[in-house]
Amino acid sequence: MAKLNLNRVPMTRQDPKVRGKNFDEVALGYNEEQVKAEASRCIQCPKHPCTTGCPVDVDIHDFIKAINEDNFAEAVTIIKNKNSLPGICGRVCPQETQCEAHCALANKDAPIAIGRLERYVADWERQNNPSTTPATDKPKPTGKRVAVVGSGPAGLTAAADLAKMGHDVTLFEALHVAGGVLMYGIPEFRLPKEIVQTEVDYVSSQGVKLELDAVIGKIDTVDELLNSGFDAVFLGTGAGLPMFLDIPGENLNGIYSANEFLTRVNLMKAYLFPEYDTPVSVGKNVAVIGGGNVAMDSARCALRLGADNVYIVYRRSEVEMPARREEVENAMEEGIIFKFLTNPKRFIGNDQNWVTGMECYEMELGEPDDSGRRRPIAKEGSEFTIDVDVVIVALGTTPNPLIAATTEGLDTTSRGTVVADENTGRTVKPGVWAGGDIVTGSATVISAMGAGKRAAADIHAYLSEL
Amino acid sequence: MYQILLREDLVPGIHLFKVAAPKVASKAQAGQFVVIRIDEKGERIPLTIADWDRAEGSVTIVFMEVGTTTHRLALLKAGDAINDFIGPLGLPTHIDKFGTVVCVAGGFAVATIMPIARSMRQKGNKVISIMGARNKDLIFWEDELRSVSDQLIVTTDDGSYGRKGLVTEPLKELLEGDEEINRVIAIGPSVMMKYSALTTEPFGVDTIVSLNPIMVDGTGMCGCCRVSVGGETKFACVDGPDFDGHQVDWDLLFARQRSYLDEEKCSFDQWQSQMDSK
Ligand SMILES: Cc1cc2nc3c(=O)[nH]c(=O)nc-3n(C[C@H](O)[C@H](O)[C@H](O)COP(=O)(O)OP(=O)(O)OC[C@H]3O[C@@H](n4cnc5c(N)ncnc54)[C@H](O)[C@@H]3O)c2cc1C
Ligand SMILES: Cc1cc2nc3c(=O)[nH]c(=O)nc-3n(C[C@H](O)[C@H](O)[C@H](O)COP(=O)(O)OP(=O)(O)OC[C@H]3O[C@@H](n4cnc5c(N)ncnc54)[C@H](O)[C@@H]3O)c2cc1C
Ligand code: FES
Repeated sequence: MAKLNLNRVPMTRQDPKVRGKNFDEVALGYNEEQVKAEASRCIQCPKHPCTTGCPVDVDIHDFIKAINEDNFAEAVTIIKNKNSLPGICGRVCPQETQCEAHCALANKDAPIAIGRLERYVADWERQNNPSTTPATDKPKPTGKRVAVVGSGPAGLTAAADLAKMGHDVTLFEALHVAGGVLMYGIPEFRLPKEIVQTEVDYVSSQGVKLELDAVIGKIDTVDELLNSGFDAVFLGTGAGLPMFLDIPGENLNGIYSANEFLTRVNLMKAYLFPEYDTPVSVGKNVAVIGGGNVAMDSARCALRLGADNVYIVYRRSEVEMPARREEVENAMEEGIIFKFLTNPKRFIGNDQNWVTGMECYEMELGEPDDSGRRRPIAKEGSEFTIDVDVVIVALGTTPNPLIAATTEGLDTTSRGTVVADENTGRTVKPGVWAGGDIVTGSATVISAMGAGKRAAADIHAYLSEL
Repeated sequence: MYQILLREDLVPGIHLFKVAAPKVASKAQAGQFVVIRIDEKGERIPLTIADWDRAEGSVTIVFMEVGTTTHRLALLKAGDAINDFIGPLGLPTHIDKFGTVVCVAGGFAVATIMPIARSMRQKGNKVISIMGARNKDLIFWEDELRSVSDQLIVTTDDGSYGRKGLVTEPLKELLEGDEEINRVIAIGPSVMMKYSALTTEPFGVDTIVSLNPIMVDGTGMCGCCRVSVGGETKFACVDGPDFDGHQVDWDLLFARQRSYLDEEKCSFDQWQSQMDSK
């Protein structure tokens, strides 16, 4: 057996000092030489455990083999067989806990950089020859109509799959662009919007009719869709309702939900104000509350918008932070200041109602709670104040109640999520499926895609019996 | 794209557009609003639905020129199109048979209170309307509002038309009079709504106001529009825009409306210098 090569090829990134001032992509991706060097490390082990770590079962070893054979077109086809959004997944999937965690080389601390390879293949297709995707023969129309509600990764995937099976699909989106969190949440420097747009265009090219500015529950309800000729409805409306801390002073000016801050910056392009007309404030000192990807994205946007000091205020310690390791490291390199074991008690404002300070507790960790992580407890008498001009609350989101409130007979949980079968996406309401964050609460792009895919297969089976 | 079918200049600085938006028209109800975005680089702003015609598939909006977006909007003509026109958003005004309802409108809101007054009357209420403007030149739709009211009182700040004074004066007289007033709806500039609510409070008459905080999406996903009502935080775009005027924290609303004064000025100056150079 050939000697194992444990030298994972690093990916070039923009210099932290430079990138902290622009919204260009941070990670620059492999070049051809690097991608071949990395792919050649794959030992093509017979059991390919990597695939078991992939929520949508991409045949990883096969696409790596195709790279090794210099056949990028083949690599594209293999990935796209299972994953229609590789340019996105290659950039934002938490590979370190999925495919790469299962790689045979993971226990040697040198798993194949599967995400970076996937990204390269997707970018190769976009740049070289978008038409290499085998022009799937136009499917025979089934005459069945499906409404897909929400155009995030769950909805996009379900819509594309259903259209490829010959169904007449309409994709309804509340906002003025399609893409969901990929467009309004994840910033340009981590996921260029042009890439998301290419994927949305691909979905449209499969015959999906896209209706923007269409808030389901307001223009038509789910029941009205079912009564007006749609044979099935898929709900992929995500978890878009921001949570707040519910502490004194939270309605002061300068306090944003992460959703508002990121929507202003990414969707409305406030970083190009006044060329784009939507403003956003950052001031000198920004505190971001939370420890997930959303908090990292908010902090790194604030830095790029010119804040002097950006703090991440997190009530537990570094190891409990749910954000992707890579993004935490990026944030640290860029100069984001982490205040662990810190939790806000109240906000202080001036006579203009603008936030000027945040009183915080020091925290300590007690016994593990329901989530298995150690419970943070406020230290009595430990209060101290941080000067801030802007605060971004990134505590997480729950599903918007609009759909559940306007749809007869859907089952929801106490967290507002819609109950649906994990394998099929079926809800208790006949003709209605759901998947993605609306079912799981905030999760990942790939899990939303997986749910969209499984639901599409089940909807197809259901429609074939009608 | 949503085409402007008709444009009418009601008074200087206040315009009416009838916009082709069949889906919005098919569901619109009194008190709801739309969010519009003129073009790719434009801001999303909320405007109340002033009327609709389901058969024609049109929705009418009436807006006042205040900053960049509304000034840019005022440059559009019939035949032009608006990029985005999203709605109907928010909860409809609660229409019921209350008895005698007073509708108070200030400024451009004469247009937006019309469908409410009309619906209230159709429900069998006696409708008394009060409309106020700064001066005679800013009065519009007097006859239209009269046609859906049992009684109409017009005020101007300077006395150049109708009664001299603010809308709150006749409102107070009505409340003090012999006739029982069962509900007051006040729509217009925030200050006018605040003082209308303060006027009715001692009389214990339910008073509904339509709040106008800054909004982004208008669908409940950002929390920009948060207001405090009865000590509780509400999202005006989904929990409102109508609220109990006696419970609103007005100072918070005013302060939050001023969040972007510097940026609004910067945006307006830049737009004006662009216009000047054209
Ligand atoms: C800032 C941020 C960073 C993230 N980073 C990562 C990451 O690095 N890696 C990762 O894997 N995951 C990440 N996530 C999570 C991931 O983006 C989500 O799990 C995923 O987008 C969920 O997909 P979805 O299709 O279920 O919903 P969404 O992407 O939320 O899309 C739902 C869509 O439905 C629309 N909608 C809602 N209600 C209606 C209605 N009534 N009518 C019509 N349309 C409606 C919404 O406007 C939206 O476009 C991040 C999330 C955020 C917010
Ligand atoms: C539910 C609702 C219904 C409304 N209905 C009408 C109507 O029928 N006719 C009408 O003329 N006006 C209406 N408004 C107010 C209208 O939205 C603002 O006048 C408009 O947004 C100003 O934009 P601008 O760019 O011209 O001015 P700017 O210079 O940007 O702002 C001027 C002032 O308008 C407010 N404002 C700015 N941006 C927004 C925003 N995105 N959302 C809300 N307010 C903002 C702020 O308080 C600001 O100080 C309504 C507001 C709300 C919330
Ligand atoms: S405007 Fe965003 S939640 Fe109301």
